Amino acid sequence: MYPDDLRYSSEHEWARVEGDGVVEVGITHYAQDTLGDVVFVELPEVGSQVGQFDKFGEIESVKAVSDLFSPVSGTVAEVNEKLEQAPELVNADPYGDGWIMRVELDDQSELDSLMDAATYTATLE
Amino acid sequence: MNKRTPLYETHVAAGARIVPFGGWDMPVQYPDGIIHEVRQVRNDVGIFDVSHMARLEFRGVDAGRFLDTVLSVRASRLEHGLGRYHVICNEEGGIIDDAIVYNLAENRFLLVVNAGNADTDRAWLRSHLKAFTEGDDVDVELVDRSLDIAMIAVQGPNSVSMLDELTGDEAGLTTRFHAGEATLDGERILTVRTGYTGEDGFEIMFDSGHAPGIWNILVESGATECGLGARDVLRLEAGLMLHGSDMTVENNPYEAGLRWTVRPNRAEYIAGEALRKIRDNGTPRRIAGFVMRSRGIARHGHPIHVNGEEVGVITSGTHSPTLESAIAVGYIDIAHTDIGTEVQIDVRGRMVDAEVVQLPFYRSDRPVKPTALRPRTRR
Repeated sequence: MYPDDLRYSSEHEWARVEGDGVVEVGITHYAQDTLGDVVFVELPEVGSQVGQFDKFGEIESVKAVSDLFSPVSGTVAEVNEKLEQAPELVNADPYGDGWIMRVELDDQSELDSLMDAATYTATLE
Repeated sequence: MNKRTPLYETHVAAGARIVPFGGWDMPVQYPDGIIHEVRQVRNDVGIFDVSHMARLEFRGVDAGRFLDTVLSVRASRLEHGLGRYHVICNEEGGIIDDAIVYNLAENRFLLVVNAGNADTDRAWLRSHLKAFTEGDDVDVELVDRSLDIAMIAVQGPNSVSMLDELTGDEAGLTTRFHAGEATLDGERILTVRTGYTGEDGFEIMFDSGHAPGIWNILVESGATECGLGARDVLRLEAGLMLHGSDMTVENNPYEAGLRWTVRPNRAEYIAGEALRKIRDNGTPRRIAGFVMRSRGIARHGHPIHVNGEEVGVITSGTHSPTLESAIAVGYIDIAHTDIGTEVQIDVRGRMVDAEVVQLPFYRSDRPVKPTALRPRTRR
């Protein structure tokens, strides 16, 4: 439920380093499960700046709304437009088709302030 | 420590997520999620543990006459076996709670009230009962049945056939808004054909000890276990108000869209004078339904704007899986209540377009099966 190749924030976002200075971002299994059925994801603008641990959007389920916090600083390179029509992808496949945005990383060292899978999993217990 | 219904362990074993609600630990959803539960109730059968609601029985020769003084309807005139939705108002016409009263039998009435208001209701009713019975020889007794009787709502288009199958065709003899009896798994149960989902269905009541057994029989028959999350979506789609959210003691039944539940022209009714005054003066605001026309979901407390001016406030809002759009209700100045009025709702700082629509948002178009020619009465 928490892949080993991802980095995790305490706000329940994950970051996948894609090698070319781009990081894919989504929410964790725990976050999607806690929210329940996701019905709306407010995506950031492509080209906008996001700061580490700053709000970049909102995610809303039938019952609740929650802010999205970026695990890294950088420039939004791409957003998952599929979520506009199919927000339930966040529930069905939070680490795959349910990704939220790709960010061009400002500072590689920020990844060190994120948790590995084992550390993140321990915070959930 | 929150209270737990006799079905608490059953919910936990089924993987339900438990939340505090009105002083109770209740399931908000089961593993398949709220949208799945909503669809099952609209298309098949869903069951809800509603044992947290309070069940107050009024017994005695003067029980009906007492209820006439404190309820917005004339309970004493209900034929045996008939139930009626109504509001409980204070002397100023403020809504203390909404409830259903059933005339179960001669000199025997059942009042079902909201869990979160149960303590307030009990105290308020007891104080009025004390005043009513003081002095002369008056026969009314309030018996709290909340703990010894459990209650399960069985809702959805296939609920009648399911319960008929389980009761040897007895359940379906109870018609809409009536109370009857049936035998399920060897137990005598009270069947009332009411609900809070906008679908046909029953609320069944029986001895608390049988709750897990009866719940499991319903699940084995194909009913989907549903939590408070689905219940809230279903009731909002059906345009049913939630006390504590869409109305409080600060609201009167006229502005809450519940004029049809009020019989104020009665000398014995303690809220009659106040309600007549409110009715005759008209209310400056009224509850209305809204459908969002652009992306976003209005929630409780979000301001409503018309031409940049704040003219109301949202009291409930959600995503409707049945309508596949976001819906809401809220109070708005009477000048802006026309169907089709365009409004903007301030969703956490973002203005989202919405439109005033007719309530309810959803109405079941399935005809209620006429399973009995006339209501059964019980003695």
